[in-house]
Amino acid sequence: MTANQKKILDLLKNDARYTASQIADMLCMEVVDVEKTIEEFERDGVIVKYSAIVNDDEFFGDGVQALIEVKVNPMKEKGYDEIAEYVEQFAEVKNLYLMSGAYDLAIFIEGKNLKEVARFVSEKLSCINQVQAVSTHFILKKYKIEGVALDRQKKERLIIQP
Amino acid sequence: MNYDDIINPVVRDMPPSGIRKFFDLASEMKDCISLGVGEPDFVTPWYIRDSAIKSIIAGKTQYTSNAGLLELREMISKYLSDRFSLCYNPKSEIIVTVGASEAIDMALRTFVKPGEEVLVPDPSYVSYQPNVSLVGGVPVPVATSAEHEFRLTPEALEAAITPKSKAIIMPYPNNPTGAIMEKEDLEKIIPIIKKHNLIVISDEIYAELTYGGGKHCSIGAFEGMKERTVLISGFSKAFAMTGWRVGFVCAPAEVMKQMYKIHQYTIMCASTASQYGAYTALKGGFEDNFSAVEEMREAYDTRRKFLVKEFNAMGLECFEPKGAFYVFPCVKSLGMTGAEFAEKLLYSQKVAVVPGSAFGKSGEYFVRCSYAYSLQALKKACDKIRAFIQTLKQQ
Repeated sequence: MTANQKKILDLLKNDARYTASQIADMLCMEVVDVEKTIEEFERDGVIVKYSAIVNDDEFFGDGVQALIEVKVNPMKEKGYDEIAEYVEQFAEVKNLYLMSGAYDLAIFIEGKNLKEVARFVSEKLSCINQVQAVSTHFILKKYKIEGVALDRQKKERLIIQP
Repeated sequence: MNYDDIINPVVRDMPPSGIRKFFDLASEMKDCISLGVGEPDFVTPWYIRDSAIKSIIAGKTQYTSNAGLLELREMISKYLSDRFSLCYNPKSEIIVTVGASEAIDMALRTFVKPGEEVLVPDPSYVSYQPNVSLVGGVPVPVATSAEHEFRLTPEALEAAITPKSKAIIMPYPNNPTGAIMEKEDLEKIIPIIKKHNLIVISDEIYAELTYGGGKHCSIGAFEGMKERTVLISGFSKAFAMTGWRVGFVCAPAEVMKQMYKIHQYTIMCASTASQYGAYTALKGGFEDNFSAVEEMREAYDTRRKFLVKEFNAMGLECFEPKGAFYVFPCVKSLGMTGAEFAEKLLYSQKVAVVPGSAFGKSGEYFVRCSYAYSLQALKKACDKIRAFIQTLKQQ
């Protein structure tokens, strides 16, 4: 990846609404080159999608989010991929990672309420043959998401200074 | 009590900062987007904060020597030599100060006798002229213009010099214009400075923040200039340490001997914890080639390019500033002064910029916009300024 490609990604990760021409201005590039680079990123799956980062504590009401740690028996010749592919099809699953350490899969899940998450664990997850152990941790409060601290009380700088 | 007769007339007659009135207006406004701040939006890098905390835990809470911790002065000496080709003896030519502000005051007090003139490029940081007045000197603005990217020209300098001229303040990279003085620019004015035997008070607080390839060029590094130069800098802008109040002043040993007395009697020494923080800032800087400074500089550079293009696209002529973290667009094309523009913009769009006139007469038709803000904030501000200009044009 070139330095400019990385810079384009850094800018878009920070704010997906920059126009190609704004990015071109900031990086001293031609607009067409920026557009081409972004198109390639989209085509190659480097840029997966554009979405707003929402602080759902403010809006989500009674919804719950949890991190589920799953220990599984990897399948012969297929390792973890097949189990992961099975798990990822559930709409409740927002993020799914293979981890190093004490457990194997990390699932970030969103449910309307506690019951919904419980049902996912007991009826969907635990029924998978290879699943050895499941540990569910509910998220209680968010302090920082995607690099943005959510503390509203943060001390502001003065408005005007020499 | 009639204080008017009691207060020192120099202080009494000093106008309050032109920024003050505007600050009061903006402060009362809710949800105001500000581009009005002259300090980094970054927090001091963690390793620096940590070292100061540890110095306090370790009980390093006493005064330091008047001139400051020797290990810090040694580090400053190495820093100036490595990065700006300057040569100052840590034992006799460097004092650690309470920010660059103390150093400016001390330098003026050391040299300027009542009635002597001090040349100040216009526009410049708001404190120089009042500081000159406070020591009984006469500030003489030297006009600079957008046409020359607000660099100090030999013609303007020569025209401002009189038999009473004693010193010149060299505030580059410049607040509010973002102007820099490159090697060729300095080479043109140095003969004039020498010819008229002027002292140079060089405020290089933004030295680390230059863009477009060229590194900051320090006037004290030119042949025969060290003997007539007082170099002032600090940690506030380069290391995002404004609140620590720690800077330094460098001058030839004989000058320092005199300046030292002022520092000794008025300040004693700079804050001890801040000095340990500053020491770590430089020590850590040498260990990783000043990567923290470079990271911030790169972020500023991206914002700078963004703002310059945005303003020009809006029809506000904006030369490309190559230093500090300000752009200085001209609003004359809208038929108003910077002060009118700033006030109307504040009322109609709740965006705060600083009228250029706060920094001197040459700034009358300009506004200072700081890019010590996140790109998101700059983008939002630009959208609002664009909308403001649209409504002006429709009227």
